[in-house]
Amino acid sequence: MSEFALEIKNVSKLYKLGVISTGTLSHDLNRWWHRVRGLDDPYERIAEANIQDSKGESGYIWALKDVSFNVPHGTALGIIGKNGAGKSTLLKILSRVTSLTKGEIRINGRIASLLEVGTGFHPELTGRENIFLNGAILGMKKNEIHSKLDEIIAFSGVEKYVDTPVKRYSSGMRVRLAFAVAAHLEPEILVVDEVLAVGDVEFQKKAIGKMQDVSRNQGRTVLFVSHNMAAVKNLCEKGVIMKNGFASEIFSSDTAIQKYLEEQESLGLHNNFSLKDSDFANYTAFITEGKIFGKNDNSIICGDEMNIHIKYKNNDPTAYADLHVGLYDAFGTKISHLAASFTTGSVIKLRAEGNIMCSIPRLPLIPGRYSINLSLHYRGKPYHRVLDAFFFIVEEGDFFNSGRMPGHNQGKFLIDADWQFL
Amino acid sequence: MAKLSVLRNSVRVIKQLSEIKSKILSLLNLYQTYKMQKENLPVRVISPQRGFFSFPLKEVLEYKDLLFLFVRRDFVALYKQTILGPLWFFIQPVLTTIIFTIIFGRVAQISTDGLPDVLFYLAGVTAWNYFSGCWNETSDIFRKNKDIFGKVYFPRVIMPLSIIITNLFRFGIQFLLFLGVFFYFYFSGHEIQPNWAVVFLPVLILMMAMFSLALGMLISALTVKYRDLVFLIQFGIQLFMYATPVVYPLSIVSPERQWILVLNPMTSIIETFRFAFLGSGTFHYVHLLYSFASILIIFVLGLLVFNRTEKSFMDIV
Repeated sequence: MSEFALEIKNVSKLYKLGVISTGTLSHDLNRWWHRVRGLDDPYERIAEANIQDSKGESGYIWALKDVSFNVPHGTALGIIGKNGAGKSTLLKILSRVTSLTKGEIRINGRIASLLEVGTGFHPELTGRENIFLNGAILGMKKNEIHSKLDEIIAFSGVEKYVDTPVKRYSSGMRVRLAFAVAAHLEPEILVVDEVLAVGDVEFQKKAIGKMQDVSRNQGRTVLFVSHNMAAVKNLCEKGVIMKNGFASEIFSSDTAIQKYLEEQESLGLHNNFSLKDSDFANYTAFITEGKIFGKNDNSIICGDEMNIHIKYKNNDPTAYADLHVGLYDAFGTKISHLAASFTTGSVIKLRAEGNIMCSIPRLPLIPGRYSINLSLHYRGKPYHRVLDAFFFIVEEGDFFNSGRMPGHNQGKFLIDADWQFL
Repeated sequence: MAKLSVLRNSVRVIKQLSEIKSKILSLLNLYQTYKMQKENLPVRVISPQRGFFSFPLKEVLEYKDLLFLFVRRDFVALYKQTILGPLWFFIQPVLTTIIFTIIFGRVAQISTDGLPDVLFYLAGVTAWNYFSGCWNETSDIFRKNKDIFGKVYFPRVIMPLSIIITNLFRFGIQFLLFLGVFFYFYFSGHEIQPNWAVVFLPVLILMMAMFSLALGMLISALTVKYRDLVFLIQFGIQLFMYATPVVYPLSIVSPERQWILVLNPMTSIIETFRFAFLGSGTFHYVHLLYSFASILIIFVLGLLVFNRTEKSFMDIV
């Protein structure tokens, strides 16, 4: 048996950016013509590295570039990196959902991924029928499912409803049933994306327990993709960092996390940004400038005022939008999510040029490092997203006006409360 | 000088040695692959090379349980929460036949080669329904199943295959209806002459299955990128029916012009079907052979386009 469960060799993946339109056909023909003559794909040459802050000229991008690493059997490997670093693309290639442009992957053993939880559930069929269907979609044989049926049903915790159509299930029950099927696939290699966020807490524990069991006790290989450092640290002994489509070598997970955080740190703090208009020629609406600051333009202090100030431009006089603000801690865990519509109950009617100002009167964040993602969108349709728009530090302050604070590592944020002593 | 040549020689020897080493390594690799397969641990290699005409037969066999579960699903789910349930299998061809009988038989008075109108149209409708049903459903598989296809791999060909098989059952049921009507007319003394050409029935079904599968695969693959075809397919099937002798016999076209219709591979299929059971219609080995050959070509083309699309469609759809 080969000593590696996964051998990934120079894997690259080319993506075309932008919309598919009439120009596509001519590119396709050009490509085909090059291939017929035995030449290289003309668009591979002009493709650019996957760097998000700058918009490429060519319209082609390497989502993955020469990614190579080997994963020994029985390793729990965490793949960490920012959004859009190529983690999910790699997983998609591994589960053969999409193809690669160059390179080769050897997979020694059966691979299953928890990306596909609940795939192919048919609402009209009963839970039992769906176990068979879903199992078969994931690659199990019928008699294999038969022999594990009782186990699956017991694990899912929906015994009472197995003969009820799945459309009558609650979403939680559906996820549980789906995960139960996936968990009994018994692959040699298990791939987990951050889907574990679904389901209730009890079930999440069950799912993570299963993952640990799979990697530690059964000696199977687990690939865990996340940008939550805490989860990676907990579950994986090894780690790989992905950045702009490139992958690092394999480190121990502690080292990988440390390196990743150091690198984030070395990017430095930025409390403001401004973008060039020319990069967004075909955007309907886009953010041009952003600034984050405390009271009177000073630094940001816990318990004090924090302001986010955005400038935008807009080409569609009828457009509406909402500004969403994702707040992340230094470990990449999402802490909170603000949106203009949450507070005001309505979306913003965009002007040709305008400002959005958001003010948090008493910042409840404990001192530390944070980052913010911005998204200008309307009804799930993004106009413009700025990832890691700000990296900022919240300084020590007096949130409670008492001069007292919880100690370090005591939670993530502060809650004001009224106390009564009777 | 002598020293230099010794050096050169040794360099060459080292080069050869390293070549041999890499060969041995690659052999070892091969052996390991072989051993893994013996130990029943699947080894899978993902690479960008694509088989041009390859039909993943081995994989389809591996996933045959899934194929039948899809067929079962389509059957079980289709008529859930309907009052008439499976009766819909009969209602559709019966109503179509009645409408055709009124419009084309009574109003337009198109010849039916001397056959009872109802039987003539029912024969055409039964065969045509199988073809059009398969074609219609397979045309949309990529878009319709993008959620499944986007998350998990199985040979994509399973999807259209399951549609072909599901429709085969439907055709079987509708064929029974046709046989019932057929025997009614046969025993009530109408001039119907079923003949030896009935043995072609399985071939005709196979041809229809292949043809619809091929067209479906082609169109579904192309709609992924160019959505225009979605609009076309809606009435395309309808138009195609009028280009096929379903509501009229081939014999109403003058013999010099019949070849135009015969170019359509479906023409000889429908005509042979009617000829076999009802004894009227045009039956030609050459026509049938032509149909078979052209369907085969389109099928290979469909497979080619489908195979290529299945690899990249997730980036496009």
